[in-house]
Amino acid sequence: MGTVVETKTETPSGRSIVFEVPGWTGNVAGQHVDVRLSAPDGYQAVRSYSIASADSTERVQLAVDKLPDGEVSPYLVDDLQVGDQVEFRGPLGGWFVWRPTETQPVQLIGGGSGIVPLVAMIRAHAAAASTAHFKLLYSVRKPADAFFADELNSLVGPNFELDWLYTREAPDGWPRPAGRITQDDLARLAIPSTDSPGVFVCGPTGFVETVATHLVALGHDPIAVKTERFGGA
Amino acid sequence: MSHVDGNSLAGPLSELFRFDLTTTSGECRHCGDVTVLARAMVYPDPSGYVVRCCACGDVLLTIVTTEKRTWLDLSGISGLQIPT
Repeated sequence: MGTVVETKTETPSGRSIVFEVPGWTGNVAGQHVDVRLSAPDGYQAVRSYSIASADSTERVQLAVDKLPDGEVSPYLVDDLQVGDQVEFRGPLGGWFVWRPTETQPVQLIGGGSGIVPLVAMIRAHAAAASTAHFKLLYSVRKPADAFFADELNSLVGPNFELDWLYTREAPDGWPRPAGRITQDDLARLAIPSTDSPGVFVCGPTGFVETVATHLVALGHDPIAVKTERFGGA
Repeated sequence: MSHVDGNSLAGPLSELFRFDLTTTSGECRHCGDVTVLARAMVYPDPSGYVVRCCACGDVLLTIVTTEKRTWLDLSGISGLQIPT
């Protein structure tokens, strides 16, 4: 069981939630948990959420975006309060993960709340003072929709590059007009396939599908492009 | 229909197997492609999951859960490479 100890509004439709989970022994960056909610009438719903934290404390941070027709996410974003408990299964998954022992360059590509497992990797990279070259391409509808924006900006340095991509509304004077991600964007902003980067792509299914297809067309090895789709558009 | 990745099955499969099946390589019985289950296409359904090969799209496995039992059909996988 996890008990909510802290919540923070991150975007107009999403927030981060910190749970205290007794016995939690940490997780690898990129892993997820299955959250089970039980209604008083016995109805249960299970959803997978990526973990934003990547340390060895008993505190686990998730970040959730509200899906308009969602069953679970509106509850997590609007109703869950400090002190409430949810059932956790995890940490889970050994594929979409990054470990600080890895030294190859890494290209991270996130759409919307798809940033969550990637922010765990960026935090693990910073905490380990890893010299592996990290580059994040973060696609959001508009600037206010970015999760963890201040933290991401503060971590930019010699080993961590950050590029923003706006799909609906860009800041004034932004050189690229707002629009969905294209193959040209990836050719311009992503670590080239000739550098053999590990690539992690997370976001809505349509976004991940588009990005993965473009990356393979640009010469990336499909096996090196790890994807995590969370459904929806 | 929208699908997710095999990686998302780590939780449900952890209740059936003692190792992480999602990082295990399986061979598709239909096209012979060998890859980790985490890369498969997963179509969730209220009663379970249909998991399809990312190379040919044929069904690798299905999981159907009812109140009394879970039915696991692995007939689309001709073999698993389990690290020792």
